[in-house]
Amino acid sequence: MISTYEAGLLADVGILLLGALSVYIILATGQLSLGNAGFMGIGAYIASFLTVELHWPLTAALIAAAFVASAIGVVVGFPALRLKGIYLAMATLGFGEMVRSFFLGFERMGGSAGYRGMQHVSLGYIWAWAAGALLLVMTLERSRMWLEMRAVHDDETAAGLVGLNTTLTKIGAFGFGGAVAAIAGGLFAHQYVYIEPANFGFERSIDFVLAVILGGSTVGVGALIGAALLVLLPEWLRFLTDWRLAAFGVLLILVLLTRRQGILDRALLAKLTLRRSAS
Amino acid sequence: MTAAADQALLRLTRVSKTFGGIRALSDVSLSVEQKRIVGVIGPNGAGKTTLFNVITGAYRADAGEVALAGESITQWPSYRIVRAGIARTFQNIRLFAGMTVWEHLLVAQPHQGAMMRRFLPARWADPAAWSRAEETLVLFGLQNYRNSVARTLAYGIQRKVEMARALTAKPKLLLLDEPVAGMNRDESTELRRLLLQLRERGLAILLIEHDMTFVMNLCEDVYVLDFGAVIALGNPSEIRRDPVVLDAYLGREAAC
Repeated sequence: MISTYEAGLLADVGILLLGALSVYIILATGQLSLGNAGFMGIGAYIASFLTVELHWPLTAALIAAAFVASAIGVVVGFPALRLKGIYLAMATLGFGEMVRSFFLGFERMGGSAGYRGMQHVSLGYIWAWAAGALLLVMTLERSRMWLEMRAVHDDETAAGLVGLNTTLTKIGAFGFGGAVAAIAGGLFAHQYVYIEPANFGFERSIDFVLAVILGGSTVGVGALIGAALLVLLPEWLRFLTDWRLAAFGVLLILVLLTRRQGILDRALLAKLTLRRSAS
Repeated sequence: MTAAADQALLRLTRVSKTFGGIRALSDVSLSVEQKRIVGVIGPNGAGKTTLFNVITGAYRADAGEVALAGESITQWPSYRIVRAGIARTFQNIRLFAGMTVWEHLLVAQPHQGAMMRRFLPARWADPAAWSRAEETLVLFGLQNYRNSVARTLAYGIQRKVEMARALTAKPKLLLLDEPVAGMNRDESTELRRLLLQLRERGLAILLIEHDMTFVMNLCEDVYVLDFGAVIALGNPSEIRRDPVVLDAYLGREAAC
């Protein structure tokens, strides 16, 4: 059996995996979102409201939260169409902060004092969602829709000129990413059984992005590796006491210096899967 | 007039495009009929690529009309124009840098059948697209590059991939922007053979090219553009003898 402490860490990995996937999906179309903690917050508050106030079963609450966040993602996706690179990143950051300050003033669910009353979920439940989402993304990666997303990522103008609806692709990615982040939020709320707006701040969005960049930004499985490292590495470095976060930072820089595309990329993944099927 | 209009696959009627006071295209009228290979020549800056950009919706014409098979497509977004039947290549090759040759051959194909199909692994959900990609791979002799990533390919191969990608969109009309630029004689002969073969399959081709031998040997009609206007139109031998053309273009080049 694993200890409560270890179970907590693994739950964090699962939740971070979902958050990282939400960034990965949007990034697959070439859009960097620094506001996914906003979608996570929306998911957390909606799911909690539905389970605590309306006594919905958690699964139904998560699905409903995902739909709402997805719709909001589409709404965010429209202005995002006109922005690129760093400007888009800033705008999404603004969205995240907007959501956070909304819940800060949302007294109906506690405002800055936070909200509680959720039932704790099992580690297995969290991982069923996390693994499900990862498998879904890995399946989609082999579809023609994903190719279209990557085409938009590589050269948006050319994508339009070979017949792809780039607008739909980019907005769809925001909708999908928003939904996945909302699931992460709903699970987070029922893992910690307490939420406050500060849980869904800028640092959380950065964690998502970091997990993707560290694990590998061109393959979905990269998010798993990134999420695991981001949660577990600081734990393994505990023997360094006060220096552990600094050491973590150094490791991060080293990885990115040697592998700009992250730890995993398509070439490495192809090699690994080939070797496995060969042996 | 109307009978002729019905025959033309692509028809531009008095199309103009201005960029901040510079008339890149003025009153250009042009038509391409089914199964024709039409060339556009002219000195640098004559507006040839602008013409392609207006036809494919990358730019909007300020005046005039672009029609495909009698239907006006002047205001359509690019992706709709491609789906209606006009595919193109670019003067400065534009591939999807991180994608393999194989992925290029899948990505531009029109979607057919159930909507769900595009979300499922293409290999088994869309066997028609899969086999069409396979066919195109063989047609262009790209089998050895199947899993090569675009950015690692040699220039000549990149040109082929771009053309192959355009073809998988199942166009009725193919626009080629300087297809033999950077190709050696063997490669351009091979391309000429391929284009004739495609024409036999019912494709119309409109191409911009600086290589006069290539244009004169391949095209049935040639338009000459200078300062954004059509200054001559005819078959290759007419164009070769046209004094206006000799003065504006061929003469100038000979003088260089």
